[in-house]
Order: sequence, then C-alpha cells, then structure tokens
Amino acid sequence: MLKPLELTDSSENLKLKLKNQKKKFEQRKATYFMVIIAALPILAIFISLVIGRYSISLPEFFNAILSKVFESNTAESSTIETVLFNVRIPRILSSLMVGAALSVAGATYQGLFKNPMVSPDILGASAGAGFGAAFGILLSFGAFGIQISAFLFGLAAVTVTYLISVIIGRGNNATLVLVLTGMVISALFSSFISITKYVADPYEKLPAITFYLMGGLSSVTMKDIKILLIPLSIGAIPLILLRWKLNVLSFGDEESKSLGIDTSKLRVIIILCSTLITAGAVSISGMIGWIGLIIPHIARMVVGPNFKVLLPASLFIGSTFLLLVDDIARCAFSMEIPLGILTSLIGAPFFIYLLIKGRRGWI
Amino acid sequence: MRLEVKNAMCGYGTRIVVKDISMNVSSGEILCLLGPNGVGKTTFFKTILGFLKLKGGEILLDGENIHNWSRKQLAKTIGYVPQAHTPPFPFKVFDVVLMGRTAHLSMFASPTKEDVNIAEEAINTLKMSYLKDKIYTEISGGERQMVLIARALAQQPKILIMDEPTSNLDFGNQIRVLEQINRLSEKGLAVVMTSHFPNHAFLCSTKVAFMQKNNIFTVGNVDEVVTEDMLKEAYGINVKIITTLNSNGEQMKACIPMING
Repeated sequence: MLKPLELTDSSENLKLKLKNQKKKFEQRKATYFMVIIAALPILAIFISLVIGRYSISLPEFFNAILSKVFESNTAESSTIETVLFNVRIPRILSSLMVGAALSVAGATYQGLFKNPMVSPDILGASAGAGFGAAFGILLSFGAFGIQISAFLFGLAAVTVTYLISVIIGRGNNATLVLVLTGMVISALFSSFISITKYVADPYEKLPAITFYLMGGLSSVTMKDIKILLIPLSIGAIPLILLRWKLNVLSFGDEESKSLGIDTSKLRVIIILCSTLITAGAVSISGMIGWIGLIIPHIARMVVGPNFKVLLPASLFIGSTFLLLVDDIARCAFSMEIPLGILTSLIGAPFFIYLLIKGRRGWI
Repeated sequence: MRLEVKNAMCGYGTRIVVKDISMNVSSGEILCLLGPNGVGKTTFFKTILGFLKLKGGEILLDGENIHNWSRKQLAKTIGYVPQAHTPPFPFKVFDVVLMGRTAHLSMFASPTKEDVNIAEEAINTLKMSYLKDKIYTEISGGERQMVLIARALAQQPKILIMDEPTSNLDFGNQIRVLEQINRLSEKGLAVVMTSHFPNHAFLCSTKVAFMQKNNIFTVGNVDEVVTEDMLKEAYGINVKIITTLNSNGEQMKACIPMING
C-alpha cells in the first residue's frame, strides 16, 4: 500500500523540481539573451574587418595588428595597414557608433512620448542637422566645420520646437503639442535644405550635398570618430543611467509626477541628451532613417519593454545592425550604395510587417 | 498622518473651478468625494496631488504646508491610484508594481533587492501573486486596477488618493476593490477616493465630501451628508435610502433611485 504512494510522491517531487528549474530558466532568460546580444557587435566587427573590396584574411589582419603594435614596418603589410587603419576600422567604428546612437535615441523618444511609433527625428533633430551640414557644404566649411554646423542646427531645431511647444501648450497635453510642433519644424528645415540645394553650384556642391543627405560613412576618418565620441558619451551616459525613470515616464506625466519624478526637469534632460546623440550621428553619417524606429522594436521583441534592459539591448542590436548594413553597402555591389537608401529599403517593409502583426496593441 | 485642506481654491490657468474647500482626513479614515460630473472633483484632486497649482488657501500634512515640497517628498507621503488604463508598452505586472519604488531611489539608481522585496510584499498584501509574471496590457480591467493599487502600496505612502477606483469594473470587482480599500484603511492608511455611486460611500467611507454646482461643498459623516434631499439636489433625481442588516447584525444603508416614480 505504501509503495505506490511513495512513487506518486516522488514523481510529484520531480514535477515540482522540473517546474522550479523551468522557472529559474525563465528568470534568467533575460540575462542569457543580454549576453548573446552583447556578443553580437563583437562578432559583426570580425566579419566586417575581413570582408571588403580589398580582402584581408584573419591571419593577415592579426599580423597587421601585431606590426602596428610593435611598429615593425614591412613593405608588404603597409597596404593592408592603410586599408585597415585608415579606411576599414574608422568605418566600422563609425557605423557601430551611429547605429548605437540612433537606436538609443529612438528607444528613449518612444518611452518619453509614450508612443512606439516615434523616432529620433520627431523633434526636428535630423532635419535640423541635415540642413546644418548642407549649409556647411554650401559655404565650403571643412569637415570639422560641417560637423559643428550640423550639430548646432540640429540642437537649434529641437530647441525651437521645444520653446514653441511650451508657449502653445502651457502644460496641457504637452506631448501632442511637442510632436506636432516637431513635425512643423522638420518640414521647415527640409525646405531650408531644398533652398540650399537650389542655390548650390550644380557641378560641385550640389552632388556633395545630395550624397551627404543620402547618408553614408564612406569618407569617415579617425579624426571624425574622436570628435563624435564627445557628444555621444555626453548624451548616452546620462540616458543609460536614467533608464529606470524612462519606464515610469512612459506611463504619462501625471503618474510619473505622483510616483515622485520631476517630469519637466527630467524631460528637458532626456530631450537634450537624445538630441545631442542624434545630431552627432547625423553630422557624420548624413540622414540615415528607420534605425531609430525599428531597432527599439526588435529589441523590445527580444528582451521586453523594461528600459533597464531595453536600452542596452537597443544599443548592441542597433550598432550590429548598422554595421552589417554598412557591410552590404560597401561590399554587395561594385559601386557603393548610400547607406540611408539601404536602411529605408530594409526598414520600410519591416515596419509594415510590424503594423500587420500589431503585436500586443502597441498601436 | 493628517491631510488638511484649508479654504483651497483650485483651477486651471486663470480660471477658478472650485473655491473655499476645507476638509481633513486622518490615518484610518476613508473620505469619499461625491458629486455630479463637471463640478471640479478632478480639479480638486489634481491640486491635492500637486499636478495643478493651488490658487489660494493651504494644503497641510500634519500641519506642515506642502507647497514647497519636492515631487519625491510628496510621493513618499501621498500615493496616487489613477483609473486603470493601457500603457503603450507591454510591461510585466511585477515591473509596474516595482515602479512604485521610484520615489525612494536616487536620481540615477535602479531598484535594488530591497525594493524588489517591498514590491513583492505589496503584491502579496493584495493576494495577487498569480498575476506577477503576466503582461500588464493583457490582464483584465479589474486586475489592472489592483496592480495600480499594489504599485501605490509599494510606494509606502501614508495617504492614498484614488480616482474612481471602481470605474470600468464589473459588479464583483467593484466590491472586491472596495473591500480592499477598507482593509488598507484598517492598516492605517488615510484614503481619499472619488466615486459616482453613493452606495460606495455607504459601503466603505467614514467621511463624505459632497461637491455640488455653484461651489456648495459639504463635508461630514456619511449618514449626515448622503441624504435623500442631498442626492435629489445634487443629481436631480428622486432617491430612497433604505436600511437593512448584514449577517453580523450591523445596520447597512443603500440608496435606490426611483425610476418613473
């Protein structure tokens, strides 16, 4: 009589154990995913280092690194070194940084505006920075000057958007007013861009402006990257530190206030930081659309909506994504495809897929 | 803890909606705010919570004027339970409750182990641990309302302000939420809530504040304030209040609207 009872008991125990194990796995799933996601960019970097018009094998790559480190110059490796250190590595670093910047800014804006259909250009940052760069090219500024100009006009566009919305909104329905004003300011700066193109010298300046606006990283140098690093770190570090608060902000103004957040102050800090990194990215890469919209969605599908993990996940996935797309841009055809066109080609269908799927009432 | 409102004047911008409101509520008391649509219940609420600037008068917590208090300080004392709604992102229920800890965190910090424990305790108090790992946007309206109450409890406030906690809930869930509110006040919380149902005032409040058009504001004991005449005056309908006994032999009141009569 006792035996079968014991049996059922132990099988119950086993079930419980299995259930516990499953629960443990569920709890740690996020951590596992995070580790995998964090490894993605590293993998992508190795792929990107060796592929390209001038193919470099992994041993050659390591040799080049070693000879760079020990400064033993041989005639052979110098071509490889030039390709690696002056062309490929700056390009890889810049696409990682731009991808990360746009994705982090996008995820942040989506939380801030409580709307998953929002992207970093919503407040006019991209259009403003685009105009700044076009303006810089028109006036024959140097590379550094163009960056500064892009950057200042990007910030100016967002500041104007914010000030106008404060005057119109007076605290009522601040978000909607802000987004609408942003659309108007974006349209305004887009027409400024058209004016710049219209008055530009059609043989020299116009192609340069057009190519810049299409978006691309083909002319990025190590110096550009060093300059870009400043606004990116100033903008991204506070955002990453404040990411828990972003969760709360996505519940709306009044609830965040009642949970103890000084929303007006926090909103200004977050808008400033995201604008800083968006304008920084646009200033060296031109207008690369869709990244800031679709990457946060992909990240949310993988790790969930909690910004504590969503923001780092967006950073890693975004940088990997743009690096791989840039690899396609430079390697897939004999002529380089502008990066902005490629991201739209991939982003637009993906967005339609998201709309059709309509996951969990995001829309 | 005692919340005291003295001659408050509330409104938007330059428009004054209500004035000369005075009331107080202490730990263990439930104040139910009744009144027809558009008399300024929400405006008054938002002013207490600090969403709107007080236009005149004073709001005191244990005798201390709160107009200089920071958001953080306020949030540690006053918890707010909004009407259940759907946020744009599919957060986990536990994460939503954990957000109640925000006021206790420093600027750049995320919740610690201790905060997780407090959030868990709040969930257990409301006996809803089965919801913990569910997705907030996918549970029912009644469950969402309970989650928001749990979030406010995780905030560890002394005063709970609830905006129509029973709206959009079915009959059973309405009563369950009211029971829960009673239990929380027994544990020492002061509760201020709005409702459209005078019966809810009978079921759980110790005090009633009745707001009527033209700035008529009456505060007092439920039995004094919620009368047939008062309801007729405020809502323009005929109502009968009846008394019955519950299973413990205690007197209970309920009001019945007299349709076609």
